Amino acid sequence: MARLKTIARRTFLIGSAAIAGGVAFGYYRLRQDPPNPLLKGLKAGEAAITPYVRVDAKGVTLITPRADKGQGSYSIQAHLIAEELDVDPHEVRIDPGPPNPAYFNSRIMDDSLPFTTIDDGIMARGARGGGEVLSRVLGMQITGGSSTVPDGYRKLRMAGAVARETLKEAAARRSGVSRSQLKTKDGQVILPDGKSVTYAELAVEAAQLAPVTDVTLRPEQEWRYIGKKMRRIDIVAKSTGTQQYGIDIRPDRVVYATVRANPGLGGTIKRYDASGAEKMRGVKKIVPIKDGVGVIADNTWRAFQAAAAIKIEWNDPPYPADSAGMWKVLENSFSKDLLDSRLRNDGDVEKALTGSSKPIEAEYRTPYLAHAPLEPMNAVVLYTKERLDIWTGTQIPVFLQGHAAKLTQLPEEKIYVHAQPIGGSFGARLDDTYALQAIELAMAMEGVPVKMTWSREENMGHDYPRPIQLSRAKGTVREGMVESMSIDMAGQSMGASWFNRLQAPVPPGPDTSSVNGIWDQPFAIPNFRVTGYRAKEMVPVSPWRSVGASGNGFHHGSFLDELIHAAGADPMAELIRLCNHEPSKKVLHTLRDVSAWKGSRIDDRRARGVALTLSFGVPMAQVVEVSDTPQGIKIDKVYAVCDVGRILDPVNFEAQVRGGIIWALGHAMNCELTYEKFAPVQTNFHLFEAMRFHQAPDIIVKGLELGGEVRGIGEPPVPPAAPALANAIFALTGKRVRELPLNKSVNFA
Amino acid sequence: MQLTINSNRYDLDVEPEMPLLWVLRDELGISGPKYGCGAGLCGACTVHIDGTAVRSCSINAGEVRGSITTIEGLGTPANLHVVQQAWIEHQVAQCGYCQSGQMMTAAALLSKTPDPSDSEIADAMDGNLCRCGTYTRIHSAVKTAAQMMKGK
Repeated sequence: MARLKTIARRTFLIGSAAIAGGVAFGYYRLRQDPPNPLLKGLKAGEAAITPYVRVDAKGVTLITPRADKGQGSYSIQAHLIAEELDVDPHEVRIDPGPPNPAYFNSRIMDDSLPFTTIDDGIMARGARGGGEVLSRVLGMQITGGSSTVPDGYRKLRMAGAVARETLKEAAARRSGVSRSQLKTKDGQVILPDGKSVTYAELAVEAAQLAPVTDVTLRPEQEWRYIGKKMRRIDIVAKSTGTQQYGIDIRPDRVVYATVRANPGLGGTIKRYDASGAEKMRGVKKIVPIKDGVGVIADNTWRAFQAAAAIKIEWNDPPYPADSAGMWKVLENSFSKDLLDSRLRNDGDVEKALTGSSKPIEAEYRTPYLAHAPLEPMNAVVLYTKERLDIWTGTQIPVFLQGHAAKLTQLPEEKIYVHAQPIGGSFGARLDDTYALQAIELAMAMEGVPVKMTWSREENMGHDYPRPIQLSRAKGTVREGMVESMSIDMAGQSMGASWFNRLQAPVPPGPDTSSVNGIWDQPFAIPNFRVTGYRAKEMVPVSPWRSVGASGNGFHHGSFLDELIHAAGADPMAELIRLCNHEPSKKVLHTLRDVSAWKGSRIDDRRARGVALTLSFGVPMAQVVEVSDTPQGIKIDKVYAVCDVGRILDPVNFEAQVRGGIIWALGHAMNCELTYEKFAPVQTNFHLFEAMRFHQAPDIIVKGLELGGEVRGIGEPPVPPAAPALANAIFALTGKRVRELPLNKSVNFA
Repeated sequence: MQLTINSNRYDLDVEPEMPLLWVLRDELGISGPKYGCGAGLCGACTVHIDGTAVRSCSINAGEVRGSITTIEGLGTPANLHVVQQAWIEHQVAQCGYCQSGQMMTAAALLSKTPDPSDSEIADAMDGNLCRCGTYTRIHSAVKTAAQMMKGK
């Protein structure tokens, strides 16, 4: 058995060790992969050929460790494994697996590095390698950064191939026919005489074998799933109300709970009086928790009612109480001592500015924004002195396990995280405050499962938002062209706030998040400078769909459009002229053709705006078309073109692009979090609507496959939508809107 | 209190002001209707009462007069309602959390307006929020479901 474990430790992931081949010993040690977690707790008759494939007498289970928040990650992970394993993803079981370092994300750090995601130079590759090592050492099993596909594209197919060949080897030994003469199809090994044996029947024998690792991946001409229209594995469940989310878990003897924490995020609790709440129907226990108080009852609604009846006094958190004070902090942050980064400094901006008779200056603002997924944060927790079970949706299972161990004083291996499908996240479940609160309540109810649900109001107030950002931009034009552009950006560090909450090391160096989507853009403006100033931390913040670029795309794409209009140039033509990255240029050429671009003004009541943002390695360009109606400005159409290297599933690709654009436009038009007495004014969806059905435009999507690295598509559609819309509004009305949300400045139909 | 839900009768001991949603989810374990806002703003909890779309978070259990249908009663994986067939065909769902409510609203619309115009679809669906932004596919799926009903 010990030998089997040793062998298994050298399982399929040799693939990635081979990629890293030839490096120094110490580094090589770090490159080695953690053991296969599935081997622990394996029962007789079960085989775990790689960390991604488990086979037993009942059949095949595929392990899909990246969280599914709606972006279709379970489905794409299953299809990538199945492509090589030869199983129908709809006919096998899917299991997100345990939290484990083996499932570390090799690409999660890419966005935090001071190199553009398309930089293939030796320094950039070195830094990315370092990021991968860091992720491996820390066991960073994280879902985020549009990295599920880039991280898994090769790894998961290798897992499928190793499992397939190992099962074939088991069949070869049983039948006496050599492995090379065997074929596989739909979960079976096919012998030369046409007889077949199912994978399930081979489980016991396969478990005795050293995994076969001398495999090569199939050429794309043989692909059965990749590149074809896929059917999501969850589509029937999600179309019949039978999909079970974390919030639907209802174990026997469950009790229902909620919490109220300091509405000023990060503030503590002074005292509370629950004498009225204690007497309310169904209330079982009222429990103090970190920065708040929880109610355990026999029904969620009764818990909500009782929580609302508790009288609480709070201590103020350490930052300004209202939005005006928060903006003031940013306004005062453009100082030398807060200088954080200058990641771009081409040409001589100062010389261009002093040499111009008419430099253009502008100030841009983007607000705090909540993730506000429709499924409120929740967790079911069962605590005993021996173990802790947590059922919840999470993008950070390993961190949750560590935090739970600290909280309960149980060893990490006694913390069982059962990852659940998620009803939207957009980054919200990159934190685990809600789960830790549920654990605190469960510790007061030993042996009884506690289901904790945030009310929508609690969720709006405790959603670590996207940070506010303030930029001061200057630029010049000459002879009909953009000559210089300087953007100074002040913002609080998302990375510092989030990594500190995760109790993880804050990535060293400048805070890239506050300038991503600006400094790394593929435009060769002769004089181009981007400077980051690090404001002090205020409201605790976190990654929000497309992270830094989500707001910065607006600052960059809008100001560049201002300069282009000042130059008297055509926005599409000038973006193409300035572009110095071939795939981005092809994207712009295609967008110009697909949208039949003939200038930003169509007629006296219709106009267009264009923007391109390169984020997560994906150049994404959009044309937004608006019209003037008696009810207000209406978005009629959006054209979106991007390059992702290769489109794995055209159906979900289009869904992600359209959804990302609707997400971006809805928030750009209608949403902000503003603060009074440390808490957001927006307490529910009537004040935070984003986009509803009647505002959704036609969206024409064109994905290019230029053959570069395969990229993820969950986030890149977001950043260029807001500037493309604001640029269209300028073309229509002559009004340059420099602050989001846009509905503070214009009316929408 | 007695309620009829998906053709089953239930005897319940709850306060009449408890919203129907929490009777369904926590008292009876009928989890298709979802909690999203608790204030009739998002539509994730939509059910039918005698065929009319109602926000179950915003009607007290004691006020319900009529027969309740939830997404579980609209159709099942083995016996799909046309709206569910259309939702599958167009692969509408992303996270899927709002889709029970979206389908209940669409089914109620089509039962009263079998061939809705674009603006009738927009009016009916406007109260159902989708944070993933599946609106364009919802529109296509409602159109397809209307066609399928015509063919029946």
